[in-house]
Amino acid sequence: MNLTAQTREKIAKTFIWAAAVLVLAVLTAIIADILIKGLPVINFSFLTEIPRSMGRAGGVASPIVGTVLITLLAVTIAVPFGIGTALYLAEYTKDGIITRLIRFSAESLAGIPSIVYGLFGFIFFVIYLGLGWSILSGGLTLAFMILPTIIRTAEEAIRSVPLSFREASYSLGATKTQTIFKVVFPSAIRGITNGIILSVGRCIAETAAVMLTAGSALQLPSSILDPTRTMAVHFYILAVEGISAENAYGTAALLIILIFLINVVANMLVNRFVAKGR
Amino acid sequence: MALALSSISALALITIFIIIQGAPIITEVGMFNFIFGMTWAPSQGEFGIFPMIVGSAAVTVGAVLVGVPIGICCAIFLSEFAPVSVRNFFRPAIQLLAGIPSVVYGFWGLLFIVPFIREHLGGPGLSILAASIILGIMILPTIISISEVSLLSLPRQYKEGALALGMTQWQAIRYVQLPAAKSGIVAAIVLGLGRAMGETMAVIMIVGNSVALPQSILDPVRTLTTNIGIEMGYAAGEHRQALFATGIVLFIVIMILNATAQYITRRK
Repeated sequence: MNLTAQTREKIAKTFIWAAAVLVLAVLTAIIADILIKGLPVINFSFLTEIPRSMGRAGGVASPIVGTVLITLLAVTIAVPFGIGTALYLAEYTKDGIITRLIRFSAESLAGIPSIVYGLFGFIFFVIYLGLGWSILSGGLTLAFMILPTIIRTAEEAIRSVPLSFREASYSLGATKTQTIFKVVFPSAIRGITNGIILSVGRCIAETAAVMLTAGSALQLPSSILDPTRTMAVHFYILAVEGISAENAYGTAALLIILIFLINVVANMLVNRFVAKGR
Repeated sequence: MALALSSISALALITIFIIIQGAPIITEVGMFNFIFGMTWAPSQGEFGIFPMIVGSAAVTVGAVLVGVPIGICCAIFLSEFAPVSVRNFFRPAIQLLAGIPSVVYGFWGLLFIVPFIREHLGGPGLSILAASIILGIMILPTIISISEVSLLSLPRQYKEGALALGMTQWQAIRYVQLPAAKSGIVAAIVLGLGRAMGETMAVIMIVGNSVALPQSILDPVRTLTTNIGIEMGYAAGEHRQALFATGIVLFIVIMILNATAQYITRRK
């Protein structure tokens, strides 16, 4: 078929617009379905009651607590390591074999599927270190999983601090350590926070890795050595075992709202960061 | 800076522990029998994962066939055609798409895609096709964002030169910009492959999970990841080791894909 360039142009543009519309339509369909069926379920008692009869009745209080504790633990553990690595890559070293190894390992970690993190967390934390199915095992496993995200975003943020900031600090007689902790680090804090918030989102959304390491207990945990279930795991079990479509939708709606808020906050940080950079 | 070695030690720990757990069963059964064995019957001590390798390959290829054309079109749309207001709305939407938990995708697939396939195309609905569609959607953010960045990072002169030679906008994209951004786009596809192959929870919910060689894309299969996800909860002894061995195979394939993607992006 011998079409003119103009016709081809029109066909191509139609396809490109159609693809964009299709993607937005799918996103809208998924979110609308979850919110329309899930939002009516969410009320005060849904948020504050512990699940009863396997989740058929009651609320999602203990999965909320489990999610918060595991996420907090993962972030608290991963952040110092992640920022330390980023500072080392961006400030303390020239490109060489070690930096290449660090980058390779960080990028590889980012690509490892969560089920493999789950396998590792199960055998290392749950069995080998004897922590059992617990909040601690789950948090440690997720810390491994979010480490590459924190390293990458923190390194980018630190690198984007203008050289003149560092030079000004040195010219005032500050040492390297003073410069890094008093000048570079505060200037990069928004970018770093953005990475941390994105990691929080990944922890909340994760299912496979936490299910293998934190268990699926329904009661409120009394210590971090207790097993728990996160909201994503709770949703999965409700949906797959056909326990309660209603409560599954409610939990999913909560998850979607949380992820949405996290994205909004992260975007605000990035936009202000960009505006400030100008 | 001992902290800086955390990522290396993390990767080393993961590799070592998974291999220690999984290697004994591979040596016991034999590498060939493990990878090409057709029967998975843990209670009888038969551990062949070939049907799952085929299953993983099928859904991954399917996901790429669904996700890549749409994703690249979206990337072109965002970098070339979208008005600023649309773009400012579209990017956060893609981020949201990336943030939605995989179990939610699986649930949605189970409620909408699976019944649709069952009623209109036949078969049980739980199928390679259903998993391909959902995974295709799930890899969109990866494909779109990386392809868009590589299109945007091209020098303006490429496009301007092409237009100055009298090319239409599409011709400039087709013959100048896409070829120039090729390495970034290929890296995006490879990373998408890795994501699709590694996804577990969404796939468990819609792929049917029966261990058999599929005859068509409407047949259910089991993938490497779902094998681990389904059976890990109750496996013990050799059975558990065999699941770790499944993990080793998955791990190696994903590491090869990652290294390829890294190599492609480095080269330019």
